[in-house]
Amino acid sequence: MPEPVISIRGLRKSYGDFEAVRGIDLDVQAGEVFAFLGPNGAGKTTTVEILEGYRKRSGGEVAVLGEDPEQAGRAWRERIGIVLQSCRLDPYLTVRESLGLYAGYYRAPRPVEETIELVGLGAKADARTGSLSGGQQRRLDVGMALAGDPELLFLDEPTTGFDPSARRQAWDVIEGLRDLGKTVFLTTHYMDEAQRLADRAAIIAAGEIVASGAPGELGDRESLPTTIRYRLSGEEVSVETRTPVTDLHELTGRVVAEGLDLEGLEVTRPSLEDVYLSLTSESGEDER
Amino acid sequence: MSGPALVAHQFRYDQKAFWRNPAAVFFTVGFPVILLLIFATVFGDQTIDVRGGIDTTAYYVPAIITLAVISATMQNLAMTLVIAREDGRLKRGRGTPMPAWVFIAGRIGNSIVLALIMLALVAALGRVLYGVAIPWAQLPEIVVVLVVGAAAFCCLGIALTAVIPSQDAAAPIVNALLLPLYFLSGVFIPEDELPQGVTDFANHFPVRDFFQAFFDAYIPGGASGMDWGNLAVVAIWGVAGLLLAIRYFRWTPRGG
Repeated sequence: MPEPVISIRGLRKSYGDFEAVRGIDLDVQAGEVFAFLGPNGAGKTTTVEILEGYRKRSGGEVAVLGEDPEQAGRAWRERIGIVLQSCRLDPYLTVRESLGLYAGYYRAPRPVEETIELVGLGAKADARTGSLSGGQQRRLDVGMALAGDPELLFLDEPTTGFDPSARRQAWDVIEGLRDLGKTVFLTTHYMDEAQRLADRAAIIAAGEIVASGAPGELGDRESLPTTIRYRLSGEEVSVETRTPVTDLHELTGRVVAEGLDLEGLEVTRPSLEDVYLSLTSESGEDER
Repeated sequence: MSGPALVAHQFRYDQKAFWRNPAAVFFTVGFPVILLLIFATVFGDQTIDVRGGIDTTAYYVPAIITLAVISATMQNLAMTLVIAREDGRLKRGRGTPMPAWVFIAGRIGNSIVLALIMLALVAALGRVLYGVAIPWAQLPEIVVVLVVGAAAFCCLGIALTAVIPSQDAAAPIVNALLLPLYFLSGVFIPEDELPQGVTDFANHFPVRDFFQAFFDAYIPGGASGMDWGNLAVVAIWGVAGLLLAIRYFRWTPRGG
């Protein structure tokens, strides 16, 4: 198995007495879109900023592209791209100039025109960034992180506060990154975002990882009970079962044989949102 | 790109952003010009009792250039760097391979070029409007004083950002420091009108030293020629500012 792009073992980070990250382990493989999920204050940004080299850890081992981010230098920065959780761009530069400014920082930048197309800002290339909508600014922000043609991209809550259509456009951009073969480390507190974009995800709550895996399998969703609901002779019935197929077969066979009907028959698996909410609420309230 | 090429790259974009920012252009370029016009108009054709008596306008040309240099450097940097820091742009830039010194060098270069532009502009206005001779023979001294002073006030401006907590606080803090010093140092009020105690007090601050050094260079005829002592004091302030900046400058927003 090739060396992971990001490898974290026993990572800890304290601010005074408060332990924001309490010993987490993670691996992210090359070419993966990895979603780091959790509510506000769970330790997402602290973790991602340690990976980016902005913060020093209190304990544990971290390797990003084979280097310790605390020690890594210019050559390492050539290979990563960063979108911060909040950053206002220089309002007096245009889209093309903002990308040109950042491209100039790298030895082997991606051509600016290509980046403009990639983030879907072709029509706005000569507009000042101050005149862009929030969603467009965020896409430019992603474009600036791509200016150096990095292998690994960090996106810290790229769609927080967006309206649905702006989110969808941002998602299209991120899916485009996957097609380019980039490794993406994405933090989000939206379950649907992880589901839509990520190959794998981990959920962090109160500084600890409470679940990880493919988004569809997070929190052992497969093994959680399925709920069967129906009305029979005016009576509401709700059954939780781990063998929904046999139970349903038996139930419908009996009802058909007796010439009855099941009104409002519903079979529901726990949604990812349910799993997420149950996992993150167990581990305490919003801290910090 | 090599270091110098990166600095040139950064400088080019800083220049673009500066000239498109109406507030920055007004305070750096427009405001000193307006002050020159006001002082020249109000105090008209009086004579000021320095250097054996010189025209008011001849006094105010170097005075306003002094102010314009400090405005283009200390004031401009303190304000734009705090804004960029709180916007998260400084932090973002630190996430790229661009070395931190390149960014700072680009900004300092931007400020020094603005200071030189203001020298040319105010000197030309003084010549055209008020007939204040441009001391061409003194040009080397003038440029040396201006560049050393500009660099020193850049360092002081960068150091000052450490005590400015937010974007909103930037202008009040910078003005609260500089405006009184302009009055006390003879930049706004001719120094023959100022009590001795006031100039003695102002002598403790670099605005006064820089003004005296620049005045010496611009208006020849001081008793013993160019006195470099004032400029040395300005340079020492600059080095102190640089050390404080290296120690206390922060790249990440304070508000988060």
